[in-house]
Amino acid sequence: MARVVVDVVLKPEILDPQGQAIVGALGRLGVEGVTSVRQGKHFELEVDDNVQDDAVAKIADTLLSNPVIENYTISRK
Amino acid sequence: MPRIGVVTFPGSLDDRDAARAVRIAGAEAVPLWHADPWLYEVDAVILPGGFSYGDYLRCGAIARFSPVMESVIGAARDGMPVLGICNGFQVLCESHLLPGALVRNDHRKFVCKEQRLRVDNANTPWTSAYRDGQEIVVPLKNGEGGFVADQRTLDELEVNGRVVVRYLDGNPNGSYRDIAGICNEAGNVVGLMPHPEHAVEALTGSGTDGLGFFLAVAGVELAAS
Repeated sequence: MARVVVDVVLKPEILDPQGQAIVGALGRLGVEGVTSVRQGKHFELEVDDNVQDDAVAKIADTLLSNPVIENYTISRK
Repeated sequence: MPRIGVVTFPGSLDDRDAARAVRIAGAEAVPLWHADPWLYEVDAVILPGGFSYGDYLRCGAIARFSPVMESVIGAARDGMPVLGICNGFQVLCESHLLPGALVRNDHRKFVCKEQRLRVDNANTPWTSAYRDGQEIVVPLKNGEGGFVADQRTLDELEVNGRVVVRYLDGNPNGSYRDIAGICNEAGNVVGLMPHPEHAVEALTGSGTDGLGFFLAVAGVELAAS
């Protein structure tokens, strides 16, 4: 078994209203110096050792992310 | 009498209203179930509004892989008229039957209002009861209704007349170029964020401006007014 982590974030050109709301909340919390927050999704997959990288890429590309609006990165732990 | 399928996913909300709109338009509403791949020989399919699969992952992302959608995607590619309303629009984009995606409203709030629209393409099977440029008012209610696509896709939609309906009186959700609804290249697949199925009866709707979507596919010709 291996753990594979897929992180999905909105593409830079796509507006992230949730990230903006977090920046606003940080300001109200008294935190200074945070100029931008981009919210994303973090997936932890437990996979058999014989699951290859291209299979994980397919999972990330077809289901975990929407390539129209999101980018993803894959890392094996 | 045309048979119009209305899909129910877990979390669909507006399937009943869509079926009712179909019946009012004079067609037969055929209930379709997400787990059943059989389309029961319908002539067209409506994907209704709501929160299919709880909007888990992304709106429409799980519904795209349901058994019924396998059949709907195949039928749509063969030319069957398919209409996606709100969550149904999101499902169509996730299915890649329509380009672009729907993202959270730019102002972060759920919007619920009567929305004025302009029909920019009255040549689809769903909009042929209207005339090009006709203005209608139907309810709009969404949290993730911002239509986005890259510039090249947006230009292609504009040039080829694939923007079907456009928002008037201000942009309610951050949709690029005020786009409220689009169609595929062939024109048989239409998706829109506003809810024409909620505007088919004077008693309970904002009016009856939405009825045209259902009359068109039911084969009822309206005199252009």
